[in-house]
Amino acid sequence: MRAVVLHTANTVLGSSMSERDRHQRDAAADARAGRRAAARASYRAGARAMLPLAPAVVLFAASFGVLARSAGFDPAATVAMSATTFAGSAQFAAVSVLAAGGTAIAAVLAAVLLNARYAPMGLAAARAFKGGRLRRLLESQLLVDESWAFAQENGRFDRRRLIGAGLVLYVGWVGGTALGVAAGGSLGDPATLGLDAAFPALFLALMVPLIRTRNALAAALGGAGLALLLTPISPAGVPVIAATFAALAGLAPRRPLHRREVA
Amino acid sequence: MTTAWIAVLVIGAATIAIKAAGPVLAGDRELPVRAGRVVELVGPALLAALVASQAFASEEQLVLDERGAGLLAAAVALLLRAPILVVILAAALTAALLRAVS
Repeated sequence: MRAVVLHTANTVLGSSMSERDRHQRDAAADARAGRRAAARASYRAGARAMLPLAPAVVLFAASFGVLARSAGFDPAATVAMSATTFAGSAQFAAVSVLAAGGTAIAAVLAAVLLNARYAPMGLAAARAFKGGRLRRLLESQLLVDESWAFAQENGRFDRRRLIGAGLVLYVGWVGGTALGVAAGGSLGDPATLGLDAAFPALFLALMVPLIRTRNALAAALGGAGLALLLTPISPAGVPVIAATFAALAGLAPRRPLHRREVA
Repeated sequence: MTTAWIAVLVIGAATIAIKAAGPVLAGDRELPVRAGRVVELVGPALLAALVASQAFASEEQLVLDERGAGLLAAAVALLLRAPILVVILAAALTAALLRAVS
């Protein structure tokens, strides 16, 4: 009798457990599917956000290709530079220095100075990356101004948005370079189409939502002010790096900003 | 090896190292609160600097040209709460039109 009761209890308990297990398993599967869907949505959001810029990126990359060829780069070196450096301003600067008869050392210095801004940018985004060192090293190569700017949300970085955006830009940049090498100067000047004005507009549009405290406003005004002030008196690249110091506004007591005050 | 290839390889290696430095070395380390607040503002500070230098700088000179007009058009579009695509197009079209007539 006792055994029967126990057996029944076990069965009841067992069945209710397996019922709960099933529920838990389903819930866990739903949650996993939900997370996967959210992850895909983040990658896609990053990629989609860069599509309006794609024509500009491709044409600038093509004009880099043309410029590098005319500076004596062979086709492989031209495309290799876009694939490894993947940073427009530094590539243009390095090629211009060599085209003007400068030494390799001068070209390297110009490029490194222009790319030094990626050090503070990478530091700001560092905690969004995950996994081992090799994975971080590879994923961090997709960090460029535009992907970095778009990956920020509420003061945090979304690694998936950075990767989605970075991949679109990478394909456009390397592909556009190859196009420029193949087509020569027949593709037209991006400036005629006003495409050089697209980039500051994008950065402005991505900056505005980040200005939610007086501290952030001070950092932005200070950053722009430092960049403008230093442009005539320092080598290219220095103004933007120096602007990092405006972030010290974060040390002041945090004060909210009413939306009305900016609008 | 040609000068071009030397430049390509050295600049490529340096850029890869600069981009990876933060994500690889700083990693998951928790930042002190005050440092975190400063790092958080690197975004607004550098974005504003990029806006300023890409709109108003030309070879170490400050200039007011079609890019500045494009930026003004973008700011107006932002105030009207236009989507980002419209903001970018407003800037590019303004600069292109001004260059076409000048």
